[in-house]
Amino acid sequence: CMCVLTRSLNPFSGGQCAGEEDWVDNRTVYIGHKEPPPGAEAYIPQRYPDNRIVSSKYTFWNFVPKNLFEQFRRIANFYFLIIFLVQLIIDTPTSPITSGLPLFFVITVTAIKQGYEDWLRHKADNSVNQCPVHEVQHGKVVRKQSRKIRVGDVMLIKENETFPCDLILLSSSRDDGTCFVTTASLDGESSHKTYYAVQDTKAYTTEEEVDSIKATIECEQPQPDLYKFVGRVNIYMDNEPVARPLGSENLLLRGATLKNTAYIYAVAIYTGMETKMALNYQTKTQKRSAVEKSMNAYLVVYLCILIGKAFINTVLKYVWQADPNQDEPWYNNRTDAEKERHIVIRAFTDFLAYMVLFNYIIPVSMYVTVEMQKFLGSYFIMWDDDMYDKELGESAVVNTSDLNEELGQVEYVFTDKTGTLTENNMEFIECCVDGHVYVPQAICNGQVMPGSDTMDMIDSSPGPRARESEELFFRALCLCHTVQVKEEETVDGIKHGLHSGRPSSFYISSSPDEVALVEGMKRLGYTYLRLKDSHMEILNREDQVERFELLEVLTFDSVRRRMSVIVRASTGEVYLFCKGADSSIFPRVVSGKVEEVKDRVEHNAIEGLRTLCVAYRALTPEQYEETYRLLNEARLALHDRDRRLAEAYDQIETQLVLLGATAVEDRLQEEAADTVESLHQAGMKVWVLTGDKMETAAATCYASKLFRRGTRVLELTTKRTEEQSLHDALFDLSRTVLRPHREPSGLGLDPDPVSGLSGECSDFGLIIDGATLSAVLQPGPEASSAGDYKEIFLEICRNCSAVLCCRMAPLQKAQIVKLIKASKEHPITLAIGDGANDVSMILEAHVGIGIMGKEGRQAARNSDYAIPKFKHLKKMLLVHGHYYYIRISELVQYFFYKNVCFIFPQFLYQFFCGFSQQPLYDTAYLTLYNISFTSLPILLYSLMEQHINIDILRKDPTLYRDISKNCLLRWPIFIYWTILGVYDAMVMFFGAYFLFDNTTFTSNGQMFGNWTFGTLVFTVLVFTVTFKLVLDTHYWTWINHFVIWGSLIFFVVFSLLWGGIIWPFLNYQRMYYVFMQMLSSGPAWLSIILLITAGLLPDVVKKVICRALWPTTTERIQVPRPQPGPATPAFIQRHHQGCVPNLVVSQPGCVPICVLGTHRDA
Amino acid sequence: MQGLLGKPLGRVHWSNKAAKTGPLAHRPDNSAFMQQRLPAWSPMLTTSTVLPFMYCMAVLCLVVGVSLLITVQGTQEMKLDYTEAGTCNNCFQSLKNVSNAGKSCSCRVVFTLEHEFKGDVFFYYGLQNFHQNLRKYMDSRDDAQMVGRKQNLKNPSSYCEPYIRDEKDVPIAPCGAVANSMFNDSFALQYQGQPGDPINTVPLYRKGIAWYTDENVKFRNPPKNKSQTLAQVFEGTTSPPYWQKPVYLLDPLDATNNGFINEDLIVWMREAAFPNFKKLYGVLVRTQEPFTNGLPAGNYSIDIVYNFPVQYFKGRKQVVLSTVTWFGGQNRFLPIAYLVTSGLVFIIAIFLTVIWWKFGKDAKNMNE
Repeated sequence: CMCVLTRSLNPFSGGQCAGEEDWVDNRTVYIGHKEPPPGAEAYIPQRYPDNRIVSSKYTFWNFVPKNLFEQFRRIANFYFLIIFLVQLIIDTPTSPITSGLPLFFVITVTAIKQGYEDWLRHKADNSVNQCPVHEVQHGKVVRKQSRKIRVGDVMLIKENETFPCDLILLSSSRDDGTCFVTTASLDGESSHKTYYAVQDTKAYTTEEEVDSIKATIECEQPQPDLYKFVGRVNIYMDNEPVARPLGSENLLLRGATLKNTAYIYAVAIYTGMETKMALNYQTKTQKRSAVEKSMNAYLVVYLCILIGKAFINTVLKYVWQADPNQDEPWYNNRTDAEKERHIVIRAFTDFLAYMVLFNYIIPVSMYVTVEMQKFLGSYFIMWDDDMYDKELGESAVVNTSDLNEELGQVEYVFTDKTGTLTENNMEFIECCVDGHVYVPQAICNGQVMPGSDTMDMIDSSPGPRARESEELFFRALCLCHTVQVKEEETVDGIKHGLHSGRPSSFYISSSPDEVALVEGMKRLGYTYLRLKDSHMEILNREDQVERFELLEVLTFDSVRRRMSVIVRASTGEVYLFCKGADSSIFPRVVSGKVEEVKDRVEHNAIEGLRTLCVAYRALTPEQYEETYRLLNEARLALHDRDRRLAEAYDQIETQLVLLGATAVEDRLQEEAADTVESLHQAGMKVWVLTGDKMETAAATCYASKLFRRGTRVLELTTKRTEEQSLHDALFDLSRTVLRPHREPSGLGLDPDPVSGLSGECSDFGLIIDGATLSAVLQPGPEASSAGDYKEIFLEICRNCSAVLCCRMAPLQKAQIVKLIKASKEHPITLAIGDGANDVSMILEAHVGIGIMGKEGRQAARNSDYAIPKFKHLKKMLLVHGHYYYIRISELVQYFFYKNVCFIFPQFLYQFFCGFSQQPLYDTAYLTLYNISFTSLPILLYSLMEQHINIDILRKDPTLYRDISKNCLLRWPIFIYWTILGVYDAMVMFFGAYFLFDNTTFTSNGQMFGNWTFGTLVFTVLVFTVTFKLVLDTHYWTWINHFVIWGSLIFFVVFSLLWGGIIWPFLNYQRMYYVFMQMLSSGPAWLSIILLITAGLLPDVVKKVICRALWPTTTERIQVPRPQPGPATPAFIQRHHQGCVPNLVVSQPGCVPICVLGTHRDA
Repeated sequence: MQGLLGKPLGRVHWSNKAAKTGPLAHRPDNSAFMQQRLPAWSPMLTTSTVLPFMYCMAVLCLVVGVSLLITVQGTQEMKLDYTEAGTCNNCFQSLKNVSNAGKSCSCRVVFTLEHEFKGDVFFYYGLQNFHQNLRKYMDSRDDAQMVGRKQNLKNPSSYCEPYIRDEKDVPIAPCGAVANSMFNDSFALQYQGQPGDPINTVPLYRKGIAWYTDENVKFRNPPKNKSQTLAQVFEGTTSPPYWQKPVYLLDPLDATNNGFINEDLIVWMREAAFPNFKKLYGVLVRTQEPFTNGLPAGNYSIDIVYNFPVQYFKGRKQVVLSTVTWFGGQNRFLPIAYLVTSGLVFIIAIFLTVIWWKFGKDAKNMNE
């Protein structure tokens, strides 16, 4: 292998800082494997992986052991394995089949599924690895398989081909050395991005020429960040090396596709599993839902119950056996081996045997059912036609099904503003040059009306001096951007196409603001044509083409919040044009009509428009040289390049002359206001986190009804903290916020809706900006006081229904989410956003929702759920979230309930069988109870249940409060279910016991044995738990009928069959005719009916009484009405018209088990 | 258990996405099922829906309870503990000595029936504090042997521990602790109307006491040739250690009632659910006077061959005479349970009616 790793210092890295010299974690790639002319470098060959992509986890040989190992690493599987092994090793009451079979089933199903997925991956890998690619070898193009690409190979890629590995662009068929690439399959962004060839090699556009390049590339070892790359290319021309910087604009990523470019030459630098795409394969950290946490808590309780039961029985057994008459009656002699065994070992074995006997209380099937429920249930989200967006052609996407129910538990919604609340469909509204306002007019369907005067002046006509700055302003906007022109036709057609306004070519940019600005300029008469040979071409008002040489682009970043270009006009003057947020421009402005522009900017911001300021600086040749040096030095740095670039930018973008400002409108998304209002009514606190200006953001908040007319908006901004210390400001606010709640307003006590409308209902909103926020969060000199600030701040926020955080950096968004998550109530948070800057908060929040927006797909890709529009959040939370929460909580509670019913009689039976671990039920019943007799109805319930109609849930968001705070899985409700289970078990067991009490209950005088007793209890059990579900089902479709009655029929048929045959392969025939004999007895029927009734009666009574005396909002709505049409019931209207008390979580004083939700209004 | 079934929804989806680009490519089907809008019936448990049911149920339970009570009152039952009664006390005392365990002992118990037992009379023996439901004991049997599988006859299952083979390694048939501990007292009932009247032996039919299916399908003797006797079939096996007779001689009177299909054995092999139980011994034959209507009132005596030791586990032995209706023997639990349920439901129904009257008549009342 000729690819090597440099260990020595690079001779061309003159101006490096000392730290970089130790930095050996880079790689040197020889283009085309050609060694450079004697470079005096000692190098150690490094092995790079080949270009094979291995996404599969298993091979044919290691599948079984590896998969089994993976599966048994899960704690629950491991538990069942242990139980199974105990059954195998010691003599236990139930056969190993009873736990082995379900475990085997679960493991096999999972293994098959994983195996199938892996097989698919193998297939995909193979097709990728074997796909043909073209390599340049010795001046010839050679075809080879993709997997054989090595680092350093020079590849030829043709249009519409996908890059087989990470490549550095050497040259392209286009003269300017650029190529267009779409990264749709990487991050979903379908816009074409421009990549640049290395300047010194872009002229080499044939195989032979490319073959003659002698160069090495030094770059960092592969990193997963798709958007970061630093490297350096050393080109040996006449043995004189030239070093050029390489950045992410030179790096073509595997998975991206070449577009609009005939062919390119590029050199492979990262291959196979080291490509950035492969490094991004790893999955995100798993989020766990609140329901899952409750489930685990219950599991621990049940584990304790299990151990407790086993322990009690073991102790009682030895107490019972202490009586020598009972220890070893003559009819039940111990074997010699048993007699010799030490008592401690015997006791321990007994303990294990009890554990095995009662282990069904923690059923394997619950995990399977929960998984299936989540997996299958998430399809309803994807299938939802209401969440389908026609424009995008997308419906909702579920990336993790683990969080479905968490959607019903959200308390805080953190939303991005741009692209989430708003359309991110920018429209140029006006610009202001030195205080003169220009509004483009005569717009028709987005097209400029031909022949019309392209400008409308609002202000008095400017003088000649103004005209000059006006032109400079327009040129600045035409030049200072990174917009590309997408051409549908030939190169010659562009100009024509743009000129006549035909849609054959249009602007593309990663930022919609820029497109709006450039389009706005077009309407004002300055048309940006294209970037050709580093020259930007502008068609000015006189239809003349002006050419500016683009010298540098100081790209936009969200910290600096501005971007600049340095251009050289045809006259030779060099300008720096800078545009950015007002806060980042004004401090750098030295002259210009600052006051006028500032006024206008503020005016526009209040209108809800997005404003940008434009400034320029004329550079003398010396200044330019200096600038160039600064930039180049920073760019050449391998280490810490970003920081150094930021410093360089900071030095360059100073002493600006203010030109003017622009205003762009970002319209609200449709139904955004309605959605926000619904979320409020549902008791969620909505926070807007935006990087935008305070005024703009506040305007959007008012428009989207985040702040209503009655809302008292509190400000905690830099402006305020300048007047007052942060400390005082915080305390002032907290006093304001807390005062009203000292009044005994007790929501639960005052049922008069009129009072709800009065002034008592003051509702607070808070505006805070990034700077103040970091001051609040920053640990101050005294650690204690900082903690206080945080607490006070949280206290204020808790009492505000809406909070607006503006001027936020992306990381601050995540910080806020984290802060709220960690506050003492541990509320469930949801973050929704559409852009790359929202990813951190989406990953941080309990539930992350991505909008498939215009700013790319990163947010959607990193989210748990992706939806096309903000408005879909309403259905997602209010309907799907609500349903899934109801469904899964019933699923969890019911599963524990039915297993208490199942196992508790076994426990009771021990008291009658001398604590000998005799199982009550037959093996088949033990095994199949959870697998088939009672599994399907609850699974179906958990997929289909709709306790309230979809439309009512949408219409009345307040219903969401009924399930807030994980209320269906609180301890009182869990205890209720458990007690109900114990009660049912007692009824079943003792009912059957008294029936059997030493009497005959056949008409022929014959007696029944213990298996009949067990079967009687089991029959009552199966019917009781199924009927309990029947009572809980509020949504009976034909499928429910089919499954519920079907599973009961299945039980009966199975029992008849199981007892109907002398099973040839079995050693015991204890169930033979037991079920039929039981059914032939009248009293058995009568007692089955009675016991089922008695078992269900308390639950029915509890339901009816709770509904009559303390109905929840949900239950009231459930009451069937004569016309369930659009007529809104009175109480719904009340919720809508009155103010919604967001702030108080009422704790009603009624029977806790009745509480379906916390919000039980009086 | 994360991701047991539902893992990579998203990834698969995304990669598909790039492939399809039609504007409606991802539009979900608009079927009622997918949109969760299947027509459905939504019943609610409200006072007004539940109350009629409650009243109906109370009445129904009452009717059932009363009729069951009447039926149960029509049955008669007599229990006689003979463990230490009459001359059996001698046997009881003698069996206390372990060395007498195998010896037969006869005794007699007398009793009087105050009322006539009308109809079919069933004769049971009962045991108390005998745990037929101990796990090791219950498992100690080999059904494969008793359903007549030839290969299992001489290879009893390891379940039969500790009664698989005797000391000489001869397989035991029937093996296991259950069979070994088979109840071996026998009874002969005599009737003497008044003192001085002639003594009539009460005829007991000793068949039909086991389940029909057990007797005719499940329990089978090992297959034999026509020429073989039952004794020959069982050759090479030995009887359980506590037995006095081999399995093929259990019923000396009826040759067809021997081996694994002996009804006493079958009855014993159906293990009782609780430590106090009774098992059917025989049924009164009502063909001859004075027993055509059942057992007449008067004095009776039972001659007992007293073999079964119970003192070691503080057990008691009983004889039970009982008549049976369609409902079975004298079981008062079910009628009482029905009556109690009826009462409870009725009280609850009244309570709910009050609630309904005061609050629930119209749900809107609650809002005002």
